[in-house]
Amino acid sequence: MLELQLLLLFMIVGAIIAVEVKDMISSVIAVGAVGLGLSLAFLILKAPDLAITQLIAEILCLIILIRATLKKDLPLVRDGRWFFNTFSTLCFITVFLGFAFLVLKDIPPFGVPTMKIAREVLSCSLDKTGATNFVTSVILDFRAFDTLGEATVLFCAVMGVATVMRKTGRKKTKI
Amino acid sequence: MSVYFLCLVLFSIGLYCVLRKRNIIKIIIGIAIMEYAINLFFILIAYRWQGRAPIMAQGREILGMVDPIPQALILTSIVIGLSVLALLVGIALRIFDKYNTFDITKIKRLKG
Repeated sequence: MLELQLLLLFMIVGAIIAVEVKDMISSVIAVGAVGLGLSLAFLILKAPDLAITQLIAEILCLIILIRATLKKDLPLVRDGRWFFNTFSTLCFITVFLGFAFLVLKDIPPFGVPTMKIAREVLSCSLDKTGATNFVTSVILDFRAFDTLGEATVLFCAVMGVATVMRKTGRKKTKI
Repeated sequence: MSVYFLCLVLFSIGLYCVLRKRNIIKIIIGIAIMEYAINLFFILIAYRWQGRAPIMAQGREILGMVDPIPQALILTSIVIGLSVLALLVGIALRIFDKYNTFDITKIKRLKG
């Protein structure tokens, strides 16, 4: 799995650049690099449906984020409690990663999944649904209500964006 | 295990960005990075050594496949993440209209 580790390192470097760079357009492009790396990682991990979906979602995400890059990043201010806040954040993240390192020993090791539910699904899916792609049979048949909920969330988000961004009915007020 | 750990490092970069940045767009970028890391973590758990994609073909045995259930869940999660990002950017642009800044320390009026 060397290629997967290299891809993950690439994604980590891209994420650091996206967080730290001052120019917002460069930051958004770095996020796009992370997302496209994620798409490649899905392809390596044998999830082709996810790779396609992630590719499309990433391109839409780039378009939406570029709309929001109106100004440059704010200048860094090191006043007051800047040092304390950064230090406590880094401490928290270190503790989080330390606990994660301890806990990761107890979950199933990489490459050996416990397929308790998946075994049932895989054994009867072809007879019951007739779909050869198991991911499709899960999202459209076994968990169809889940997909209905997803469509509801999507609808609510679109309604929210339309409500927040609409031009008519917005009063011009002074700040 | 190192792959899991790298995935969590990616998550904590997003967490740092959310906790320490003052620009709203940077915070949204941090949320997006965290979401990528969580999606990747589920798919990493589902992976099987030398496994095949979960698509049935003629004359293949079933048990050599990767786990299809987390893939189906994450397929939902990606789409929801995109819509949540669109909503966040919409609200951020509205805040920019109102306050003419993205700095969260300047946005502290309760009304108007």
